[in-house]
Amino acid sequence: MFENVSAEMLGNIYVGLLGLSVLLYAILDGYDLGVGVLIPPRTEAFRDDMIASIGPYWDANETWLVLAIGLLLIAFPEAHSEFLQTLYLPATFMLLGLILRGVAFDFRAKVVQVKKRKWDMVFKYGSLLTTLAQGYMLGIYVTGLRTDIWAQGFALLAAFGVTAAYAFIGSCWLILKGEGELQQKAYYWARRGLGILAVGIIAVSIANLTLHDDVRDLWLSAPWGYVLFAKPVACFALLALCGVLLKKLPEAQGKGEWLPFFIALLVFLLCFTAFGISYYPFIIPGQMTVMDALSDASSLRFLLVGVVIVVPIILAYTAMVYKIFSGKSEKLSYY
Amino acid sequence: MDAFLLSRLQFALNISFHILFPTITMAMGWFLFYFKLRSNISGHPVWMRMYRFWVRVFALSFALGVVSGVTMSFQFGTNWPGFMEKVGNVAGPLLGYEVLTAFFLEATFLGIMLFGIRRVPNWLHTASTLIVALGTTTSAFWILALNSWMQTPQGFEVIDGVVYATNWKEIIFNPSFPYRFVHMMLASGLTASFLIAGLSAYRMLKGDDKLAPKLALKTATYTAAVLIPLQIFAGDMHGLNTLEHQPQKVAAMEGLWETTEGAPLLLFAIPDEESKENHFEIPIPYGASLILTHELKGEIKGLNEFEGEHPPVAPVFFGFRVMVGMGMLMLAVSWLGSLYLMSNKDFPIWLKRTFAGMAFSGWIATLAGWYVTEIGRQPYLVSGVLRTADAVTQLPPANIALSFTLYLVIYTVLLIAYMGTLMLMCRRAVEIEEITTEEREVAKAKMQPTAPDPSTV
Repeated sequence: MFENVSAEMLGNIYVGLLGLSVLLYAILDGYDLGVGVLIPPRTEAFRDDMIASIGPYWDANETWLVLAIGLLLIAFPEAHSEFLQTLYLPATFMLLGLILRGVAFDFRAKVVQVKKRKWDMVFKYGSLLTTLAQGYMLGIYVTGLRTDIWAQGFALLAAFGVTAAYAFIGSCWLILKGEGELQQKAYYWARRGLGILAVGIIAVSIANLTLHDDVRDLWLSAPWGYVLFAKPVACFALLALCGVLLKKLPEAQGKGEWLPFFIALLVFLLCFTAFGISYYPFIIPGQMTVMDALSDASSLRFLLVGVVIVVPIILAYTAMVYKIFSGKSEKLSYY
Repeated sequence: MDAFLLSRLQFALNISFHILFPTITMAMGWFLFYFKLRSNISGHPVWMRMYRFWVRVFALSFALGVVSGVTMSFQFGTNWPGFMEKVGNVAGPLLGYEVLTAFFLEATFLGIMLFGIRRVPNWLHTASTLIVALGTTTSAFWILALNSWMQTPQGFEVIDGVVYATNWKEIIFNPSFPYRFVHMMLASGLTASFLIAGLSAYRMLKGDDKLAPKLALKTATYTAAVLIPLQIFAGDMHGLNTLEHQPQKVAAMEGLWETTEGAPLLLFAIPDEESKENHFEIPIPYGASLILTHELKGEIKGLNEFEGEHPPVAPVFFGFRVMVGMGMLMLAVSWLGSLYLMSNKDFPIWLKRTFAGMAFSGWIATLAGWYVTEIGRQPYLVSGVLRTADAVTQLPPANIALSFTLYLVIYTVLLIAYMGTLMLMCRRAVEIEEITTEEREVAKAKMQPTAPDPSTV
């Protein structure tokens, strides 16, 4: 099967899939990491409800990271080893964060009250470690895996930017899933997160222009320049709209609670595609192109059979689970 | 220490920690499906109580398996870049199929299994349990296909030092795969059985005289008693397969230095690689030849035929003896338990203690077995194709030392927390009241899919 699919087309298909996985990961694990970062140390009732809101989802959300890193490994092995060897320590810290938060989630439900708070804090700070490490890795990646002081500075900025973005989408999720006081608190978090995120997007956009000459040329030339500049503008329009909504919604008796999350989702999509267009055809910006890194075409054709059959099924049952657990989250009893 | 040794230590640590949890969940998924089926058929609430207790053990084990598994997918790139550069065209798609066909399935339907019973029809909850069990088994299928291919590679060609796949059917169904898959699934069955039996016995020792732990102990003991002879047979077949394809591994397992006709079975020895001989041997004459060739005078190749190409002897030799010894112990204990069960006698306290003490015995046997097969493959990463030393990273050793230390600390804490939490869950379950007959009637009447589960106490 797929014998007539050229290597070039395979490269595009797999980089597209990789992009889809990363985007879905950023949105899906983004909101549950964000909820983790927002965990308040003092209010236990909030903590229970917040964690209950992500209970049925987080395992599957994290699987998109496994798929993304797996696709990078399978389709672009050179990029995978270059990327992960340069970012060895941040990747290690991210993994430790993921380990800690993942197990804390399960341990907290099964231990005595005193220890529960400790696991909650492990959950919070594990999530924070993960988001900071991911943002830092994103930053270094965008610079083309540079490690000089400017790149480090940019990466730190990205670390905070990504954390703010996750916290923002996390609070939008809580608006959607939470009720009463928790929801009020989520509105407050979303309003604050919105501001930080807006500043972050401006800073990253400007820094992005100074990093690579090719990218700057692309942004400053027609026709892609228009598209690319339209994106931050659209982002800001959406964020402004969201700001208005966040003020109005608490009085709207539950109507339109899904809107902030939907807007957050669109903002993620816009930012992500802006990155994608800026750096294509590079898999590592300025260093390695998709075709340089592509592995053997016949192996990729073999895997493509599975991709074509299975990915739609995965998307379908993921949608089914979101439908099953739609509406306000319930207390997280293992029934 | 250099990057090679540190990377090996780190990988060994990660995979040793990781395998503990899939070993439990692979078979426990099927136990849960069985409990759910029995609950559907009989309507007796005890099956649902068992489901509820063990699904939480499953969830905790699954979470530990997931998070430690994520780290594995990073280590291929970080510590063993040569692996993907040389054999990535084979390893990649197999890993890809595992993620696509198993990981998403397990993770997504686990949500329904754990939290969905009030939101979905009963049949969908049962189906989700089945799907999760199928998912864990599918996952084992792909990863063992890859591991077996690394042991007995076929279906490929090498062009300019890089491996290219030529026949996927040959790659997946390579010579050692069927044996390894069966051996591992049975190992998982035994690990889960002894865990269920052990923790149930522990509950009973703590004063739990409810039906649920008794029934769980019974189910698990019978399962173990049936699986262990199958496992001994499967292990024997796997050994014969290894003799055919990796004779140097068998030579190390047997501690046999010189090629011998009528080789003895060594119950104990201390292999000495320097002088290429054993100390303190306790041999059974002709034993190894009889087992491996089914002839008293059968010839078995010794380690000296594989100068520089054979694995380190001591870990393989001892690992094998630990695994077999644990298997024998499992055989004795599960059959003894079954005898008591069949004659309708309660377990005496020492037998309960034995079961409780063996709750994690499956881990020891499984780890020992994996050490035999993985260390037994050295000095190769992929037999005859890629040496382990040629795949390692050029990272600064200090960085690996740091990550290794962090993993070691966290995994130690998590292992203690995991075992402690399971014990705590058992002690807590003791205090929960058994459902009375009246309650059961009420429960049955309310057994509508949308109504809150009545067995919540």
